[in-house]
Amino acid sequence: MNRFEWTSAGAVAAAARLGPVTVAEAMATQSGAPGTAATVLKAGGIDLLDLMKEGLLTPRRIVNLRGIPELGRILEGADGSLRIGSLVTLAQIAEHPLVARRYRALAQAAGLPASPQIRNVATIGGNLLQRPHCWYFRSLHHHCLRKGGATCFAFSGENRYHAVFAHEGCAMVHPSTTAPALVALGARIELLRRDGSRRMVALESLFLTPEEDIRRENDLKPGEILAAIILPPMKPGVRSWYERQGEQDSFDWPVAEVAVVVKLDSPGICREAAVILGAAAPVPYRAKAAESALIGKPSSAGNARDAARAAVAGADPLSGNGYKLPVFEALVARAILHAANQG
Amino acid sequence: MTGTITRRDFLKATGAAMTGVAVPAAGLCAAPGEAGQGAGRAGNGSGLLAISLNVNGAERRIEIEAQMTLAEVLRGPLDMTGTKVGCDRGACSACTVWVDRVPVASCMMLAVDVGERKVVTIEGLARGEELHPVQAAFIAHDAMQCGFCTPGLVMSCAALVESKPNPSIEEIKDAISGHLCRCGSYPHVFAAAMDAAKTLKG
Repeated sequence: MNRFEWTSAGAVAAAARLGPVTVAEAMATQSGAPGTAATVLKAGGIDLLDLMKEGLLTPRRIVNLRGIPELGRILEGADGSLRIGSLVTLAQIAEHPLVARRYRALAQAAGLPASPQIRNVATIGGNLLQRPHCWYFRSLHHHCLRKGGATCFAFSGENRYHAVFAHEGCAMVHPSTTAPALVALGARIELLRRDGSRRMVALESLFLTPEEDIRRENDLKPGEILAAIILPPMKPGVRSWYERQGEQDSFDWPVAEVAVVVKLDSPGICREAAVILGAAAPVPYRAKAAESALIGKPSSAGNARDAARAAVAGADPLSGNGYKLPVFEALVARAILHAANQG
Repeated sequence: MTGTITRRDFLKATGAAMTGVAVPAAGLCAAPGEAGQGAGRAGNGSGLLAISLNVNGAERRIEIEAQMTLAEVLRGPLDMTGTKVGCDRGACSACTVWVDRVPVASCMMLAVDVGERKVVTIEGLARGEELHPVQAAFIAHDAMQCGFCTPGLVMSCAALVESKPNPSIEEIKDAISGHLCRCGSYPHVFAAAMDAAKTLKG
């Protein structure tokens, strides 16, 4: 890793005043416009260290957010909402009783990425904002479109772990395992700006498709700090479930994952549905056709299968990842039934 | 602290610039005093940070560079080579140590980020000559072959059995799911962890 200045921020506003840029911007300027001094923020530091060890990121200064108490807390709102500070670790979320009870898909998703050692350090904010794990993007020797190069190597290269939906220009899959669950649950995020003001947006609107901006995965503005993730109060009859399939049972990236949220009325008819696919597209991918197929119907095995078929109907697999479609189909049907039938 | 450029800073910066990595001209003149809050700074113009690290119950004052990982500091300046570094990317867990009793990959944590938290390494697990029950069980069950992954595995198993009195085999498998053992000692490790849990329970 390169040498850098180390600073610990005691408060979010103090960190914002140090002029941090996003990791995407730091990577873009270091390869394109020498002369920009990049200050980046560190949460758990897992992705930051990974990028630095590969030589992909060479920040001049790192501002540590880890000691800021506000960012490390989970707080229950009076209205039944839940505010998760961006530096809460994945392990803390997976083990939190309220998360497990109310937002089951999130507890399931947070307990599975990487290894226990990593989940004890990796934060929810870092998980959402980490850079893609496409092996071409992570390779110093491949100057891909997302790094300012001329081509996406995945389309003609090795693409078995790449996107099967919405991959115009770049075939990365979004790296966050908690994002599909959080999007399905209707999470919002609180962003702190450099001037001290805060803005709230739906998490789903944060993510950028390659068509919108091929150099960034999210719409975080330079200087903005992700302060918290806010989960809405759960309405009666709402249940959620997360399913994933990897090549190994543990300690592996998913080849397919899905988070499902359904709201059932008393006779068991589905009134609201969210079906979000992960490891599927450059953003957490909303399977709208599957959601429409569920609404107004009882959550039977047949209806779950119909919705699962609808989820993959519009897919556009690459040369080496068509195998993902039956996997997604099976996971969607399974997640719908688990979500609907839990007590 | 002033904005004096040391020879080392200059060589480092020009070296980086020659390899095509952007180095801001302003960076050469930045006052290093702005940095290092909460970490302490050696103040000798070397660019080193003076930190205090609590390892195995002892406060160790050392000077390090900010980019050094906890694993590097343990194995280097602190000369505690029981902690092994396999992949250096958090992918093999050989470097597992406890930070405030929680197992972490020491290769993916900056030493300067440890702060006040207490580090325990494989060297700190035994009480004098008395082995930790997990260490004794690893010997009894022949739970290692080449031994490279063993210190990390012992730290993960010990953290589990100390926090959960009656771990199931699934909980043991989950606790060590990040560890790679190329010799394939896993079944012996499961047996050793189960045995150690019983010993600890008394």
